[in-house]
Amino acid sequence: MAIANTGTIDKLDKGPLSKFRIPAEARIFMVLLGVALIFEILGWFLVGQSFLANKDRLLVMILQVSVIGIIAVGVTQIIIMGGNDLSSGSVVALTAMVSASLAQTSEFGRAVFPSLTDLPMVVPLLSGLVVGLACGLLNGFVIAKTAIPPFIATLGMMVTARGLAKWYTEGEPISMLSDSYAEIGSGITPVLIFLGVAALFHVILGYTRYGKYTYAIGANRAAARVSGINVARHMVLVYAVGGLLSGLAGVVTSSRAVSGQAGMGMMYELDAIAAAVIGGTSLNGGLGKITGTVIGVLILGVVTSGFTFLRIDAYYQEIVKGVIIVVAVVADQYRQRHRRS
Amino acid sequence: MLNLAPEQVGAAAVKAAAASQPEATLLIEVEGVRKTFPGVVALDNASFRLRPGTVHALMGENGAGKSTLMKILAGVQPPDKGVFRLRGRDIALKSPLDALEQGIAMIHQELNLMSYMSVAENIWIRREPLNRLGMVDHGRMNQMTRDLLQQLSIDLDPESNIIDLSISERQMVEIAKAVSYDSDVLIMDEPTSALTEHEVSHLFRIIRELRAAGKGIIYITHKMNELSEIADEVTVFRDGRYIGCMQTERLERDEIIRMMVGREVTDMFPKEPAKIGDVALKVQGLTLDGVFSDVSFEVRQGEILGVAGLIGSGRSNVAETLFGVTPASSGSITIFGKEVRVDSPQVAMAQGMAFLTEDRKDTGCFLNLSILENMQIAVLNDDHMTAGFVRQKAINELCENMSATLRVKAPGLYERVENLSGGNQQKVLIGRWLLTNPRILILDEPTRGIDVGAKAEIHRLVSRLAGQGLAVIMISSELPEVLGMSDRVMVMHEGRVTGILDRSEADQVSIMQLAAR
Repeated sequence: MAIANTGTIDKLDKGPLSKFRIPAEARIFMVLLGVALIFEILGWFLVGQSFLANKDRLLVMILQVSVIGIIAVGVTQIIIMGGNDLSSGSVVALTAMVSASLAQTSEFGRAVFPSLTDLPMVVPLLSGLVVGLACGLLNGFVIAKTAIPPFIATLGMMVTARGLAKWYTEGEPISMLSDSYAEIGSGITPVLIFLGVAALFHVILGYTRYGKYTYAIGANRAAARVSGINVARHMVLVYAVGGLLSGLAGVVTSSRAVSGQAGMGMMYELDAIAAAVIGGTSLNGGLGKITGTVIGVLILGVVTSGFTFLRIDAYYQEIVKGVIIVVAVVADQYRQRHRRS
Repeated sequence: MLNLAPEQVGAAAVKAAAASQPEATLLIEVEGVRKTFPGVVALDNASFRLRPGTVHALMGENGAGKSTLMKILAGVQPPDKGVFRLRGRDIALKSPLDALEQGIAMIHQELNLMSYMSVAENIWIRREPLNRLGMVDHGRMNQMTRDLLQQLSIDLDPESNIIDLSISERQMVEIAKAVSYDSDVLIMDEPTSALTEHEVSHLFRIIRELRAAGKGIIYITHKMNELSEIADEVTVFRDGRYIGCMQTERLERDEIIRMMVGREVTDMFPKEPAKIGDVALKVQGLTLDGVFSDVSFEVRQGEILGVAGLIGSGRSNVAETLFGVTPASSGSITIFGKEVRVDSPQVAMAQGMAFLTEDRKDTGCFLNLSILENMQIAVLNDDHMTAGFVRQKAINELCENMSATLRVKAPGLYERVENLSGGNQQKVLIGRWLLTNPRILILDEPTRGIDVGAKAEIHRLVSRLAGQGLAVIMISSELPEVLGMSDRVMVMHEGRVTGILDRSEADQVSIMQLAAR
């Protein structure tokens, strides 16, 4: 059909390609700066030093939230698609256990698998990723093939994966891991992995079909289906990718701790969801950016290390974090409502 | 011949009705009501009167304004202006609850019952009898329900849960609830649409009892044969206006139909002549169990097949099945001579089909995404990919050209679709499908809820597309649109094709007779 060339070209009344708007990320970035500034000022008053002018502190701050950040990238794309994932923290624990068990050295007498020691680093790494992927796939299948809400499906996975992690060694921690495995989480490597993953998914969500379909399904699932998107298949894929990233986070966690423990990653899923939401991702789907999530992660990091820096009880830290999450969502809904009118 | 002055016929009937009945005894009197929604005038200077102890039928095409008037009467929506009198007293309803307390109860088309609560709990909600401790007295509540149901000769257990009841039983509960408020006016919106014949006769029996008790019943229906059976009077609406009111004893079927459809056809854009080519789509015995059955037709290249029928006739379901959204239970679909099992939209698209869905907001637009994202979604195939990346520059150009061709009025391609007018949203969706270079175009209500200018543009565009050899199936509730645009008109009624009319033999009356038999 040659319709596109036959019409009277009544040039689209164009104007600038887009009306100038402050992008949502810029606003979130202002919040980040604002929060950091508050700690800076409080720092001078309460402990007599600068919060920001300390490279080591900033590095530790990002390091603390890198694992959350990796998970947050995965859960952001799931939320953009209109889903949710509560299982990521437990998946971190399960993958941490599995990959740690394959990373033990033979010097250790009581290895989980005595015949599988001193393996090259790639073996535990890949097995961790595969475990995460499998959990994500299962989440995706259950959600796409049954009518149960993602909240319930991933809640089931959350409980199950945590149980599996405990069952794996009957609650015993796994230690004596190889030096090469410990490399993955050493130094600033986790930060690099987080930023690498974020950059990669920024590109994937913005410039590939995978990304376009993710936004479309979140914006209007029925319309996506009628537009010829295989919605069920894409949902499985997106949850699988989310699981893969949780697996990666699990590997990083166990490598950094040089051990595997069934209690790892406790409540990480909530921090990850919080980071996405603070970063402007709408829980209604169809809306959100990885850049926003990265800033959201940093806000969580600033709050955490800020309170430590001020030597204030950790309790306050949690209280403030909770308030920030709710305020962020209220602000998001306020924005949504006012855009429509 | 079509416009055989139905207004005059109606006016005469009204005078007759008014003369025989002094105004003071009117239960409801409505005058000069106007109600607008963004971009649409739903009611304009509408009037209506209801006498006690009568069943008053309300008829009109889809979108004639019947339901809007009833929603105003039931306090669901406020009118922009107009006079409402209940027993000669001016009223201004604030809410459905207010209406209920004034004695006007509506039995909604979509039933409003709480599924996991009992019959008694549903009826007496908010008015539960309490015992001395301030707790709900279930024994008394069930007894009150039994008395009420017995009075209406409805055989139901007060303690059964709504979820376990059939549609007709649920309707009975709604009726009982309305009666429990001592309502004088009961509004029923197509109450028989989901009932079996046996259930209908039960419903009619209850309606007659209510009538005998002096209640006024407003009965919205599309079914001609129900008029003589249950209604005393009938009022016809068209395009948001009052057309006429008459006694059903003197009712002539054709006259009603003429009152319903008789509007000028002159403002419609006629289809340009096109070369009719090969059969593009042939459908035989297409059936979706419980929804429609044995649908057979064919469409040729360059042809526009209009599909008419009332809401619920299965028109849109056939379109969805053709496009693989709800794959058929049986029957065959043949596309350009090749039989195809269309079990997903992907299969349909691979065969060159495109489908503009009925509900722009629900199944069409990605409202919070941009024009660009909305338009490109159906063409993100391998033609527009390099190593997995979308060739955005090329697609931008395609979309820009398409927007220009379709005259989408927007500041730019990055504008969110939710900020566009209905007409422009529709153009964006049409653009989405034209980018796929379709051979068969299915349009479901392509001009619903958009302004006159955009409407004419879409008519012109569809006509031009047919002229270029597309086979077009166009579903529409607007008869003038169907008549103006179609080469042939297929009419559906209750899940079956009741006739396929040639352009020469199709007029509003012949279509309505097939659609509302």
